[in-house]
Amino acid sequence: MECVFGLVGDGFALVVADTSAVHSILVHKSNEDKIMVLDSHKLLGASGESGDRVQFTEYIQKNVALYQFRNGIPLTTAAAANFTRGELATALRKNPYFVNILMAGYDKETGPSLYYIDYIATLHKIDKGAFGYGSYFSLSMMDRHYHSGMTVEEAIDLVDKCIIEIRSRLVVAPPNFVIKIVDKDGAREYAWRESVKDTSGAPTA
Amino acid sequence: MSRRYDSRTTIFSPEGRLYQVEYAMEAIGNAGTAIGILSKEGVVLVGEKKVTSKLLQTSTSTEKMYKIDDHVACAVAGIMSDANILINMARVQAQRYTYAYQEPMPVEQLVQSLCDTKQGYTQFGGLRPFGVSFLFAGWDKNFGFQLFMSDPSGNYGGWKAAAIGANNQAAQSMLKQDYKDDITREEAVQLALKVLSKTMDSTSLTSDKLELAEVFVLPSGEVKYQVRSPDSLSKLLVKFGVTQAPAEAS
Repeated sequence: MECVFGLVGDGFALVVADTSAVHSILVHKSNEDKIMVLDSHKLLGASGESGDRVQFTEYIQKNVALYQFRNGIPLTTAAAANFTRGELATALRKNPYFVNILMAGYDKETGPSLYYIDYIATLHKIDKGAFGYGSYFSLSMMDRHYHSGMTVEEAIDLVDKCIIEIRSRLVVAPPNFVIKIVDKDGAREYAWRESVKDTSGAPTA
Repeated sequence: MSRRYDSRTTIFSPEGRLYQVEYAMEAIGNAGTAIGILSKEGVVLVGEKKVTSKLLQTSTSTEKMYKIDDHVACAVAGIMSDANILINMARVQAQRYTYAYQEPMPVEQLVQSLCDTKQGYTQFGGLRPFGVSFLFAGWDKNFGFQLFMSDPSGNYGGWKAAAIGANNQAAQSMLKQDYKDDITREEAVQLALKVLSKTMDSTSLTSDKLELAEVFVLPSGEVKYQVRSPDSLSKLLVKFGVTQAPAEAS
């Protein structure tokens, strides 16, 4: 089951997602990047129906880019989150997208922020949040150890604690995770946490 | 004159002109002047009222100034009924943006979307253009105070000071002479009233012949659009010495 979680620290926000692409009992790949870089200072971590996930997040990404081309200014994180929620809400009673989203961003005026947007178009601005079965473990871990204004080191330490919990306690735990960060310098990949690597080929004699 | 190219809005004349758009601008040239001036602390809009009757209910309605959203207002010159349609469109567009993004619509985007609508009436549908020019005054967090002027062609520009309606060229050249970049809010009001008094046909300026509105930011950070009451306006006219036109030297 897909795990996405995130938190806000001192001048930054982190989004963590597992990297398994699963179909029934088969793991297609274990290095699937589910955290999209929405624009220079925004991250979109998504989980859910894989076709919908890619379709919807790319749609949002292109609309965010179009806004910037048209108007010469980027959307704020709040505006992008509300726009995303609006698209989910409009589709909800016709042709819903089964995608859960954690949107993180950094705005010069307001600093880092994190938004929880679930597949039925709920929107919450939060300091820490999570989706999926992994949320039972990561939320509890964050409730215990999170405090506002954490440094990057403290936050990564907490993320690692959450990953350990998921790996040890979730029955079909995903082996690999990707961590992405957004701060005043932009949105970027921070690290991977791999316990299983895709092998390059069969050993030759 | 190429009269045969007049009647359809959606065709060019051989000289490459859109006559209907030009005729729309003619209509505006007969309307009451409106002037807008941008200052560091706000935008002032002044308008000359054409309908001046003691019977007019001035407390509830304005002729020249309209609020589009909490942070944007406009002054109008031209056919009033056309203006009402466009003002309503602008209001809807502003709310539609806020509905999607939960933020106030940036001023230029609002002007642009209204102008896109106006342009449509010069290219397809076979309907005549709107006989209205606007002066948009607003504030947004990206660019602060802004003043935009738009005309029936759907063209718009950002201005430090602008005039529309009757005698707008005379007003514009006066503004060019006297405007300075670091003008304060009060100086802008004074300049606007001075220029308007010089371009108006009537011999004496009284508060019932004018409308004055300002867009500024309160100490709380909230954007305010305020139309001056007739009493407050009369006091201003006396203060700046523009009530008795015959007494003025130049």
